[in-house]
Amino acid sequence: MSSGTYRPEPLLPLTYCQSEPHPPAPPPLVDRGCFNWLRRNLFPNWRQSLLSILIFSLLAGTAWHLARFLLVDAVWWGDTGEACRPSDGRPVGACWAFIADRYKYFIYGSYPLDQRWRVNTFFIAGGLGLAYLLWPRAPFRRLGLTLVIVALPLTGFIFLSGWDAVGLPDVPTNLWGGLMVTIVVAAVGIATALPVGILLALGRRSHLVIVRWLSIGLIELPRGVPLVTVLFMANTMLPLFLPTGLNPDKLVRALVGITFFAAAYLAEIIRGGLQAIPRGQYEAASALGLGYWKTMVLIILPQALKVAVPNIVSINIGLFKDTSLLLIVGIFDFLSTIETARIDPRWAAPTISTTGYAFAAVVYFSFCFGMSRYGALIERRLSRDHGR
Amino acid sequence: MLSGAREACNTLPRFDDSEGRQMTDDAHKRWARNSKTMGNHMFSRTSTKSRRGQSATAKEILWQAILLIAIAGLVGGALWNASGSLAEQGVASGFGFLGHTAGFDVSQSLIPFSAVSTYGRAFLVGLLNTVEVTVIAIPLATILGFIIGISRRSSNWLLNRVAAAYVEVFRNTPLLLQLLFWYNAVLAALPAKALESLHLGNIIYLNRRGLALPQPVVQDFGGAWLLVAAAIAGLFILTARLAPLWRARTGHFFPHRSANLLILFSLPMAFCLAIYLTTGRSPILFNIPVMGRFSVDGGWQLLPELVALLIGLIFYTASSIAEVVRSGLAAVPKGQYEAARSLHLPPGKIMREVILPQAIRVIIPPLTNQYLNLLKNSSLAVAIGYPDLVQIFAGTVLNQTGQAVEIVFMTMAVYLTISLLTALGMNVYNRRIATVEN
Repeated sequence: MSSGTYRPEPLLPLTYCQSEPHPPAPPPLVDRGCFNWLRRNLFPNWRQSLLSILIFSLLAGTAWHLARFLLVDAVWWGDTGEACRPSDGRPVGACWAFIADRYKYFIYGSYPLDQRWRVNTFFIAGGLGLAYLLWPRAPFRRLGLTLVIVALPLTGFIFLSGWDAVGLPDVPTNLWGGLMVTIVVAAVGIATALPVGILLALGRRSHLVIVRWLSIGLIELPRGVPLVTVLFMANTMLPLFLPTGLNPDKLVRALVGITFFAAAYLAEIIRGGLQAIPRGQYEAASALGLGYWKTMVLIILPQALKVAVPNIVSINIGLFKDTSLLLIVGIFDFLSTIETARIDPRWAAPTISTTGYAFAAVVYFSFCFGMSRYGALIERRLSRDHGR
Repeated sequence: MLSGAREACNTLPRFDDSEGRQMTDDAHKRWARNSKTMGNHMFSRTSTKSRRGQSATAKEILWQAILLIAIAGLVGGALWNASGSLAEQGVASGFGFLGHTAGFDVSQSLIPFSAVSTYGRAFLVGLLNTVEVTVIAIPLATILGFIIGISRRSSNWLLNRVAAAYVEVFRNTPLLLQLLFWYNAVLAALPAKALESLHLGNIIYLNRRGLALPQPVVQDFGGAWLLVAAAIAGLFILTARLAPLWRARTGHFFPHRSANLLILFSLPMAFCLAIYLTTGRSPILFNIPVMGRFSVDGGWQLLPELVALLIGLIFYTASSIAEVVRSGLAAVPKGQYEAARSLHLPPGKIMREVILPQAIRVIIPPLTNQYLNLLKNSSLAVAIGYPDLVQIFAGTVLNQTGQAVEIVFMTMAVYLTISLLTALGMNVYNRRIATVEN
């Protein structure tokens, strides 16, 4: 062992020593291709195979029935419910003729025909604002965000309800309806709830006792009760509490309720964002001699809100879904117009309800799913920015 | 490595959390000490006591006083207005109306209620109906949610995708739309005639008038059931005591779960059998629904509104619970799966014995939140006419009496009390698992 190279002791037979190159191992199993993918993901063993076959047959059955109902047996043309009633034993699927006939009602409600350009303008402005939100490298982004999220819905509301001084005739909100109301309520709700929510979140973290307890109360009360009761409260109690003569219309009352409700949830989300800001940021701001409000507005809130955006989006999705509750307090939102049209005797047919609900589901789903994808996108972008 | 990461986290300054979750560990003490020495008390409430500087405090007191006066003015003005308009409408404020006769009937009630009962009793009926829906829906939604949440982590691609699609569909459409769909489209399409009811083995019937299930009726045997319950409890305690002894003696784990299940099921069965053999009477009778010519009679009858509400709430809440379960499972480090796999535990056992016990800590707080959401969402019953608290009390009673303030206050108080109590319980729970963990 004293010499540099290792030699086995000659006492042992040398059979365990490799004297010639090892034959090359077979190449690894190709893990690509359709067949291998199927085997790995669906049929790795008999249990999983059985499960896959079971699910596949269930899915195929469902898809077959859905396709028959929605496409094959569906009625595409017609002016009245007559077209969608089953005759001579022919099965009748979805009655798309009903949607085609009433789609304007579902979008505008009873908004006056000659004023509907205002709604269209609002939709176009909203679409442009949305495109701006989706554009990550947009110029004037911070100002633009504030304009799109807060100013656009509020001006939109005034634009839609009319302002005699600039020559826009008044359209009372009881004529509003359909998807327009749903979008306006969701947008105005978030636009008003966001500032209130920020204030509540700051208030809850304040060291001023009265401010803190007031904020806690205003946050925990709406979070602990159903939205229906908040809407009932806004609907029945707001007129009582205001001076007589000042009677806000139904939509404004509902908006107050929704703002109250959404602000509480937003406040908790923003508080979470505030908690994520490292203490050094506060210290740096205070070292620069900034006061409370300057620290908050210039240093803390921009960072906290950025962190909170994915959660704000999910609150927004919830708010959009919750606008359907306006039906209960008698406002003609999108779901209410479906409910009204569904029981219209002119369109009485067995599958009208299902068709209406299917259409509503598709509309709500596309809005909410789109928003959730947007939230996921932002979340990815954030984690990319932070997770270097 | 994990605990090292946690240590690193703890050394970061942490802002207080009113939920108390992160306040217990000594990192917080360290931070509080640091913040005192640093002298910057502006943004944290824990340092209020050590605040100095007379002028700033005076300014703050002034501001808060102004705020207080403004709020008092607002509330006072609101109440003044309210009393004025109520007096105009001739509505007497106060809770006296609770003793007045209601004069309406309710389609479903767990306690006797008729048109001559009082409004106070109507409140109780609504409350009990809300509780009934919640109590039935929560276990079913939990089971479905766990199945879907675990399926979302399945290696089977098809199962995985189906579960994801389920969650997306049910979470991205409003619950109210789903309820209306179940009630107006699905249940309304069921056969209207009793004779054409859908049935399962002639014991469960479903038609447009609702669902009829067999109802177990426990016969009274003078406290014998109490004896059985006491025996079960006693045996449970006994096994819990014996298990460590067994472990020490044999070196094997005592089959705790199987033993308890055996006790739970075999004891009542043995009791039933004994009663049947000795007295010839069955201790539990089933009230089985019978299909009559015009209606299905007997059994446990569920209103179609209740059925639609239950289906809607269960399917909707299950999708949220599935997400909670999925993120809880994702919070368990991957090494735990790999370690369990390398011990060659079967997949079912990996989930039950290794992953779920660790995930459940992360799952329970948001799961409780989902239960509260379910309770609050049950108020949508008002849209399909199931007589829950909101429908009876904040709907019918409010319309009849006009006592808006009192009724909305009472309704909100019920939900708020339950929510706050649960939040309190959760805080205690969080503190407990936090101390166990550290």
